[in-house]
Amino acid sequence: MPNITYQGKAYSAEPDETVLETLLRNGVLVPYSCGAGACHTCMLHCQKGDVTERSQKDIKPALKSLNYFLACQCTPESDLEVALPDDEDVYVSARCVEKQQLSPTVWRFRFEIAVPLFYHAGQFVNLKNEAGWLRSYSLSSLPVEDEHLEIQVRRMPEGQMSHWLADDFDVGMHIELEGPNGHCIYTDGEAEKPILMVGTGTGLAPLIGILRDALHQGHSGPIHLYHGARTQDEIYLHDTLNELAQQHSNVHYHACISGDDVGEMKAGRAADVAMSDHSDLKGWRLFLCGAPEMVKTMRKNAFLAGASMPDISADAFTTPEH
Amino acid sequence: MSTLFEKIGGEGAVDAAVDIFYRKVLSDDSISHFFETTDMEAQHAKQKAFLTMAFGGPNNYTGADMRAAHAPLVAKGLNESHFNAVAGHLQATLEELNVPADLIAEVMAIAGSTKDDVLGL
Repeated sequence: MPNITYQGKAYSAEPDETVLETLLRNGVLVPYSCGAGACHTCMLHCQKGDVTERSQKDIKPALKSLNYFLACQCTPESDLEVALPDDEDVYVSARCVEKQQLSPTVWRFRFEIAVPLFYHAGQFVNLKNEAGWLRSYSLSSLPVEDEHLEIQVRRMPEGQMSHWLADDFDVGMHIELEGPNGHCIYTDGEAEKPILMVGTGTGLAPLIGILRDALHQGHSGPIHLYHGARTQDEIYLHDTLNELAQQHSNVHYHACISGDDVGEMKAGRAADVAMSDHSDLKGWRLFLCGAPEMVKTMRKNAFLAGASMPDISADAFTTPEH
Repeated sequence: MSTLFEKIGGEGAVDAAVDIFYRKVLSDDSISHFFETTDMEAQHAKQKAFLTMAFGGPNNYTGADMRAAHAPLVAKGLNESHFNAVAGHLQATLEELNVPADLIAEVMAIAGSTKDDVLGL
């Protein structure tokens, strides 16, 4: 079996084990999150040996040429010597230029970076603070219209990083940023296709970016955005989205409340309300962002309701393990 | 003489069939649990690879792969009735797409040839 060498120590890989699994099994705590090759949190630098093609499929060409790979996607065929990424290869420094609370639990952060980042609205970046905490956040800004990068952060009860961002991180401070990653983006060429967007919590962040991108690119078909939360005060950017819907006759915005007191908003979970409003999704384009269970169930229901699998883009929150 | 894969319409036919086929499978409560995973996209890609093989297209399937891939499902109770249900959905998909009967017969023969490996017999 191949050996994985990390910080001078060699660990023997079990059959069919990924580099990440070998390291974790031996108590080597490297950062990771989704385990599915999506979040890029487990990216490592291969200093000796050959990594698999699969583990580099989604890596930016510049980093690929430096032998970066995703540890959770690499089942090694021969000995490897690996290390954590060199910060200067992977990260750029981002300075916070704006921090605004949008709801009791959600904050908006805007960043400027010295080097331009070529991204699409809806992609995500990984942020790393000085303590080494690493988390993924979707971009809700639109590169052609917004000067700064924008993310939205929800304070998670058990979320170390979200507490730190909400309480201790402020305008003028710097954070390390890697990205962009992800494929949940608007692609042009089908301007008349109806679009259904469903997001829970800060799953709204990428959806707002994708929505604005679609409008910017002249999307003419109907766009229905369903944002779900448990209570009314967790629905944020409500006025902004209502205004957007007023300005564009093809944009329809629906705030959905799964709890009891719904007020003027729609009653029910966002995915359920969306499915009952649109039972035939043949020919639709879908964007699903938020809690993994919602994304999984909605993807299946949308597919069974006639949507073609390649037309369903999703960005499920990944739950960090540590 | 063109191959079965060419006669049936090649990759375009696979693309047309995969959504219909996978939808039928997922809607069938007697077998859907074998096909429902967290990664529906990957599962969809697997169905596409299966159809390509059944349509006589380019593939790298070996009997041993089939056996290994389905072993966890056999452990969960996958049996001949499930196999036949999936085959039924494949046939219905092809009929829905108006594939000529003689070609359907060829596809069903290829699919049927995987039975022992799929069920680990």
